[in-house]
Amino acid sequence: MITAFFCPDASPPRLAIPVFTSLVPAGFPSPADDYLESVLDLNALLIADPPATFMVRVTGDSMVGAGIGSGDILVVDRGLTPAHGDIVLAIVDGDFTVKRLHKRGTRIALIPENKAYNAIELHDGQELQVWGVVTGCVKQFKQASR
Amino acid sequence: MPLFALVDGNSFYASCERAFRPDLIGRSIVVLSNNDGCVVARSAEAKALGIKGFVPFFEIREMCERHGVTVFSSNYALYGDMSRRMMQVIGSWGIEQEVYSVDESFITLDGIADLKDYATRLRADVLQRVGIPTCVGIGPTKTLAKLANHVGKKFPKAAGVFSWDWLTPEWRDKLMARIEVGDVWGVGRRIAEKLGTMGIHTALDLQRADPRDIKRRFNVVVERTVAELNGISCLALEDVAPNRQQIIASRSFAELVGDVDTLASAISHHACRAAEKLRQQQSEARMVGASVRTNPFRERDAQYTGWIVVPLIHPSADSTVIAHAALAGLHAIYREGISYKKAGVVLTEIGPQGLEQRDLFAPLPDPRRAKVMAVMDRVNAEYGTGCLAGAGVGGLDGFQLLCGQPLPCFFCAHGVLISCSFSANGLLMLCS
Repeated sequence: MITAFFCPDASPPRLAIPVFTSLVPAGFPSPADDYLESVLDLNALLIADPPATFMVRVTGDSMVGAGIGSGDILVVDRGLTPAHGDIVLAIVDGDFTVKRLHKRGTRIALIPENKAYNAIELHDGQELQVWGVVTGCVKQFKQASR
Repeated sequence: MPLFALVDGNSFYASCERAFRPDLIGRSIVVLSNNDGCVVARSAEAKALGIKGFVPFFEIREMCERHGVTVFSSNYALYGDMSRRMMQVIGSWGIEQEVYSVDESFITLDGIADLKDYATRLRADVLQRVGIPTCVGIGPTKTLAKLANHVGKKFPKAAGVFSWDWLTPEWRDKLMARIEVGDVWGVGRRIAEKLGTMGIHTALDLQRADPRDIKRRFNVVVERTVAELNGISCLALEDVAPNRQQIIASRSFAELVGDVDTLASAISHHACRAAEKLRQQQSEARMVGASVRTNPFRERDAQYTGWIVVPLIHPSADSTVIAHAALAGLHAIYREGISYKKAGVVLTEIGPQGLEQRDLFAPLPDPRRAKVMAVMDRVNAEYGTGCLAGAGVGGLDGFQLLCGQPLPCFFCAHGVLISCSFSANGLLMLCS
């Protein structure tokens, strides 16, 4: 279920954060050696197509297997054409739902990633409505305090 | 020969709401003005029910309940964001773009072999990426593009895309004869009435009117409309005379500008010019748009078009209020390291002064501000435009001053004018 849509900042300032490129921060050499090798802008990382990208907060546990938990913020790109295996924000009976899209042969279904839920099968004549493709998930373990 | 296209959002506010409410696909929606006073937008289904635009809500409340119409209070922050997204996508389809209002944009097209296919793909792109259905009208002039858009909306067979080129001259005339002259861009109600007394009732009548006669009886603006209807392009992008729906003040820089201070100075200047036009026609605006863009002809440069709409709590014609909003907008869209060619301010949601109901919880605008503006307009009328301006408005730091004899006169942007005196040497001194 979707609890909120967010409007990403129209033209966010570039916030470049240095990235550690050494994967193993143990022993020698120091991970700080590569400290300034590259910088990361979170907006650029998460948003490929700004006018088509929306952020939504989700509730529910039907996608925990995919790493999406209640309260997470999803990055949704409306411009992408949904393909088999994509996680999508779909419309079922007028409501939003987040599921993994199965599109193989004649079977079209929206598959949850939690055994407690059933897949939503689309039958002949039923049109699959995808609002956007989920391209990212923002998970906060602790609110950054300001 | 370049072509113009006018792309606009269908029932824009209603479509914005529906983009986030999939349960309302195919259902009636109306959007009410601030304080839920009257209807400002209707979905196609609501129009089909016979709900008219700009009627007081109480008149249709019962009908809405009976037919299950979903009623929204206006959410200008949402419409501003969706407008920005829509304009950005539309802009990528044209060579040049002019954002004409919150939901309308002109673009120029050149060298496209299959216009129908191109326009259809443009519509599909906006619908998929932003979720707003649009209509595309194409013509050799802006006036014809606007009229083509009208045709695309009125006739379902057009499927949202129409170009005058697709008709034989004979059919073009037949269609023009079915369009009332008042539906032609730039022909207001009063001009339409006067044209009616001259026997000019349809777009075709106006197209065939004698331009010299029109110029004599009206003005050069209406004469230009006649030329434009005949396919002679007189209006370039962004070159539109102000009308009551929106006011644009923008200008290209002589040299590319990179720093935010020079842009801010230009934006303040444009905001004040736009606010002055607003006061001249006794109107107030609810939305202040700020735009900046790079030079699209310098293909090697990084290209960027920034556009944002800032809603005002109270509709205003106050230069300071409008400049503040425009500057806040500029700071949101400004990007470093880019060379800008143009900056501008667009005022939309324009209505007559003093008619709007006030927000109960926001502080009321200071009534004395109107007097300050009146003094400023009188001084400027007498001594030249831009002679008297708010502190921080362009003129000193690298931006062209319009006034012939620059006088160092400012009033404090946030202060209240208490007294004002003219000194012997012609300098105006204002004390706050």
